[in-house]
Amino acid sequence: MNPFLIIENLTLKKEDSTILKDINLAFFPGKIHVLLGLNGSGKSSLAYALMGCEGYKPAAGQILMDGNDITNASITERARLGISLAWQEPVRFEGLPIGKYVGLGAGEPNREKVVAALEAVSLPAKTYGFRSADRTLSGGERKRVELASLFAMRPRLAILDEPDSGIDALSIGEVANLIQHMAQTGSAVLLITHRPELITIADTASLICLGSLILTGKPEETSQYYQQRCQSHQGTLGSQPWMPTAPLQKTEKGQEQQQS
Amino acid sequence: MSTKPLQHLTKNAPSWAGEMESMLDAYKQAGGNPNDLNSPEVATLVVSGNEVLGSHSIPGVHLKATPIDNGVRAYISVDPGVLVERPVHLCFGVIPAEGIQQIEAEYDIGEEAHVQFLAHCSFPNAVKVTHNMIANIHIGRNASLIYTEEHYHGQTGGIEIHPVSKINIEEGGKFTSNFVLTRGRIGFLDLDYDVIAGKDTIVELVTKAIGSGDDRVKVMEYVRLNGENARGLAKSRVAVKGQASSEVNTTTEGNAAGARGHMDCTEVISDQATASNNPLVWVTHPKAQVTHEAAIGTVNQKEMETLMARGLDEEEAVDLIIRAMIR
Repeated sequence: MNPFLIIENLTLKKEDSTILKDINLAFFPGKIHVLLGLNGSGKSSLAYALMGCEGYKPAAGQILMDGNDITNASITERARLGISLAWQEPVRFEGLPIGKYVGLGAGEPNREKVVAALEAVSLPAKTYGFRSADRTLSGGERKRVELASLFAMRPRLAILDEPDSGIDALSIGEVANLIQHMAQTGSAVLLITHRPELITIADTASLICLGSLILTGKPEETSQYYQQRCQSHQGTLGSQPWMPTAPLQKTEKGQEQQQS
Repeated sequence: MSTKPLQHLTKNAPSWAGEMESMLDAYKQAGGNPNDLNSPEVATLVVSGNEVLGSHSIPGVHLKATPIDNGVRAYISVDPGVLVERPVHLCFGVIPAEGIQQIEAEYDIGEEAHVQFLAHCSFPNAVKVTHNMIANIHIGRNASLIYTEEHYHGQTGGIEIHPVSKINIEEGGKFTSNFVLTRGRIGFLDLDYDVIAGKDTIVELVTKAIGSGDDRVKVMEYVRLNGENARGLAKSRVAVKGQASSEVNTTTEGNAAGARGHMDCTEVISDQATASNNPLVWVTHPKAQVTHEAAIGTVNQKEMETLMARGLDEEEAVDLIIRAMIR
């Protein structure tokens, strides 16, 4: 299977700092790729760069979709090509009905899709469809709405930035099921998370450290490495380059992985 | 008292029947449903210029209107204890391109009465029109009044409106005002509300407007929370573009124990438009509290990017955010 979306040597700078350095990743239809890393390591920056958000234009490298260079494409253009993002901290929209928001990405107004998407995240459409996506929602409810929005959109690449944050522990299984369902219906998923329950549903994983992907491989191994080598340094953010002991090599998918 | 159902008026085809038709069209443009005006169960008042085209009272709701120079004087009352099931419909307007309309209105909502008014004010052809509304509203003990006023001023902006309302709410009463001017041009909106709120009352003033061209929005709201546990909210949502300007001036006084007031203003600007908000908090009782919040500026970047990530272009995203905000 060939990747439909490839990130090649992507570098992102902000003022004098390098936020992302030589990132290489590839995405395949129906596959879930998890991105691990400490706070401030560059996970969300990669998500924003991939989405084309303002201030996240790469200094070098390119993003190719179906062979076409979309590095300079606008957010709208990328969304219309099938890339979308569920923000870690979604904004609130005063007066915008949840049903309308969820239906935005679904193309033509489609009530059935909206109802199905809301119910997939355990938000009854009768209760929530006409409520505003505003600050009267709890953090967890708003996150669910964000997930429903992407679920209804069925993007080719769904970027999920910590979809589990703010979601109660009992509902993590539901989030996992939803992500798996998205993948089963053909979406590639870039999943940013710290939750072991979600890491296990991924097909591949990468570890990002100080803006560089230092390891790409199987989710269990990458997660184990992350937990053993990185999480113990949580309190010394930015001061430790946790490089793997073995050099990295390119995988057949164009990704890098640690030599065994 | 004149209590003429509109259907009778139009059937009899008086000399101004054509104007009635125009007013019904104008009413529709302002968001109203002309069928409501023909229902015998709905109290209605229709005024075009200084002519009372229709006035229909129902049991417990009395509407009386008489022409004055350039307008109409109206007295509207709801008997004590009456629960008015269907909203009272008011329709004011000026059909010609030029004219002055003066409406002087007295509202008296009896004790324990509950009523909702839907007022549609339409000036679809306005090129040089002035509309002055002076209203005195009295809300009795434990009564409630919801007053929703929707305007349509046509597309030229050649209109000035000066709605001035003095509202007095007795103990336990509730007053909600929704002023909406979000279609077509504004011209000059000069809104002035002054509310005196007694013990255990609730007052909510909501103003929503979208301006363009050289439209001007000026909102003056004064809420006096004079009674114990009185609650007040003054909320403004204004979007202006082009050369339009918006000025929201809100004052809330907390003058009694347990009084709680809040002022919440959001103004979105684009192009060369300007906006200001001047909240004034005046608290004279140590157990009262008044707060305010304001946001003025362009549309939030992250809100816009979120909608663009669902496929909307920038213009569509901004439009949706503003339309939702003033919904």
